[in-house]
Amino acid sequence: MKTLKYLIEKEFKQMFRNPLIPRLIVLFPTMVLLVFPWAVSFEVKNIKIDVVDHSKSVYSKRLTDKIAASHYFNLNDTPPDYRTAMMNMETGETDMILEIPASFDRDVVKARTSGVGVAVNAVNGTQGLLGSNYIMQIANDFSSDLRDELMHTVPPQSRASLMRLPKIEIIPQYKFNPKLDYKNFMIPGFMVLLLTIICGILPALNIVMEKENGTINQINVTPISKINFILAKLIPYWVVGIVVMIISISVTYLIYGLWPAGSAIAVLFSAIVFIISVSGLGIIISNNSETMQQASFLVMFFILILVLLGGMFTPVSSMPTWAQLIATINPFNYLTETFRMLYLNGSTLADVSGNLFVLALIAIVLNSWAILSYKKRG
Amino acid sequence: MKQFIAFVKKEFRHIMRDNRTLLIILGMPVVEILLFGFAINMEVQDIRVAFYDPTPDAFTTGIAERIRQNPYFNHQGNMYSMDEMNASMRKGELDLAVVFPQNFQESLVHSGEAAVQLLSNSSDPNRGSISTTYASAIIAKFQQEQIDLRQIPFQIQTENRMIYNPLMKSSYMFVPGIMGLVLMIICTIMTSVSIVREKERGTMEVLLASPLKQGTMIFAKTIPYMIISFVDFLIILILSYFILGVPVNGNLLLLFLIALIYIILTLTYGLTVSTLVDKQVNAVIVSAITAMIPVLMLSGMIFPVDNMPRVLQAFSSIIPARWFIEAVRKVMIQGQGFLMIGKELFIMIGMTLFLLGITIAKTKKRLD
Repeated sequence: MKTLKYLIEKEFKQMFRNPLIPRLIVLFPTMVLLVFPWAVSFEVKNIKIDVVDHSKSVYSKRLTDKIAASHYFNLNDTPPDYRTAMMNMETGETDMILEIPASFDRDVVKARTSGVGVAVNAVNGTQGLLGSNYIMQIANDFSSDLRDELMHTVPPQSRASLMRLPKIEIIPQYKFNPKLDYKNFMIPGFMVLLLTIICGILPALNIVMEKENGTINQINVTPISKINFILAKLIPYWVVGIVVMIISISVTYLIYGLWPAGSAIAVLFSAIVFIISVSGLGIIISNNSETMQQASFLVMFFILILVLLGGMFTPVSSMPTWAQLIATINPFNYLTETFRMLYLNGSTLADVSGNLFVLALIAIVLNSWAILSYKKRG
Repeated sequence: MKQFIAFVKKEFRHIMRDNRTLLIILGMPVVEILLFGFAINMEVQDIRVAFYDPTPDAFTTGIAERIRQNPYFNHQGNMYSMDEMNASMRKGELDLAVVFPQNFQESLVHSGEAAVQLLSNSSDPNRGSISTTYASAIIAKFQQEQIDLRQIPFQIQTENRMIYNPLMKSSYMFVPGIMGLVLMIICTIMTSVSIVREKERGTMEVLLASPLKQGTMIFAKTIPYMIISFVDFLIILILSYFILGVPVNGNLLLLFLIALIYIILTLTYGLTVSTLVDKQVNAVIVSAITAMIPVLMLSGMIFPVDNMPRVLQAFSSIIPARWFIEAVRKVMIQGQGFLMIGKELFIMIGMTLFLLGITIAKTKKRLD
């Protein structure tokens, strides 16, 4: 026990000898939480649109105005033909093209139905889909405006039945995030990301650094046990992780007013279990690397996989089955889900206990592996 | 020139000797493009839905049946109280709850109006709003069928065409982003760490004493890395084309030019980092953090730059990956030519020169 205490003291001293580390622990989480949540949004607004109006009639003008007035769209240009509009799309000046046929007003009034063409840049699939849905909504609104105005042109007998159309009203209710604010959803993810980066990279570089400097040989000839050595390496990073977490919780509360509706203790507790897992992963990488360059590539490789397959940016449920299987052993996935439940859904410690159990299991496996993979040799 | 070639050869041997690192550098992009190319998908699927229907009738069961059979939805069973439903949602077991009022059919037939409540778990706003949209569309269609398809007058139909990505595949959007991210990380860490390592071990001093000019020496050091990174790019491109089915609609040589300029830019950034720090740990921390987080958040790889606040849009324009990703999307997916990506290439070259300037200024200072 006494040996462990001294070893931990040594590790802390070594860590803080590097002036970048304290800055990393305090400034990095603060900056990330201050700046990046404002950038991350899938909300589709201000779609740039070109309207090619071959009809140039009162009705086509009204439809164009209605689109320009909507907050989903920014009218970029009204080019004379489709080719010019397409050139604008190629240069990226516009995302969408609405083409109104020459017979638009005649069709609306006489034939009582008309069509418009919509072309959308679908490289970003979601944006393309939502953009064309919004146009459809606006066209529907415009149709019903016209119906109100032009109903008197319809023969009286069918007019009566049209007035009696049964109507199912849909009342949407967006639970847990009524304003559909993306920041609230992403901030818990950012916290997990910070913990992963700090508590993953630092331990991954630690043992391999001792190998490169040759100081590991000095440890190897002492009677220090494997467990004590690895624990002394790990514990300082657990402390660092907890400090990062406390800073994150405070910054989030002070700037965004976001506080775990469920339980703050549960947030801290689940974070600790996660910190233990990722720092264990870091030590495994360090044990198996020969140079710091190898260790840094490997740790970045794993961090990218943890993060991009961990449900922070894209939902795990839309991944193929094999990727969902990977997600069942991904600690990032469990903590992101847990944080979101605690912060947004108001879940209690009991609600997230299943996730915590799996996280604890992952932590035990990774840390036993970390101790076993350290080869004490001369 | 002879000296220069000899130096490049020496650096190459250095790298080739370390089989393991080489394997990691070449293997990492393979695994990542395959994992992310197939797995990252924005589409909202597998919406877990439940119904609360106090008085089942033909209409409510009809609507429920239609939602159950839709491939986007995954039926979780019926709920018998609002409390049960709220608890299930809080535990994260449910994405959408469809709540019918009492006597739905009766009120629809008699008063011509009835309301359905759609409660969506919107902690993920994207998922929340899209699952509501899907369910609303199904209900609207059901309603249309009930009113025996009478021709409603004054309709404006829209005919949609999805340009560049007719099948709406997510990989079209993400592959250029993954290229930008992986190359940025590899190039930056590779140069910064290996140069700082020489500084740490003192071998840099030995090299500086050689008759080769310092600039030439650094240049010679980066050439092998440039070749390795370009091989990485080729691997990613081949896998994206043949396995992920992402098209190469534009000129292949133009795509190579973009990649080459981007690789030189990111290697130069690695050089700049190496002049700013003197410990390998710090080189890793600085390169890892600056190469990963801004690229993920601000480059347009995942989140569209146009949706960001103005300040962050300005911030995103100093991120090299943003211009690379834009240029690759234009050439690879949209099939555009040299003139259309002039701006992106110009900015990337400008950034390279700027970073090179900083690096040279810093290095000179250190020697004095």
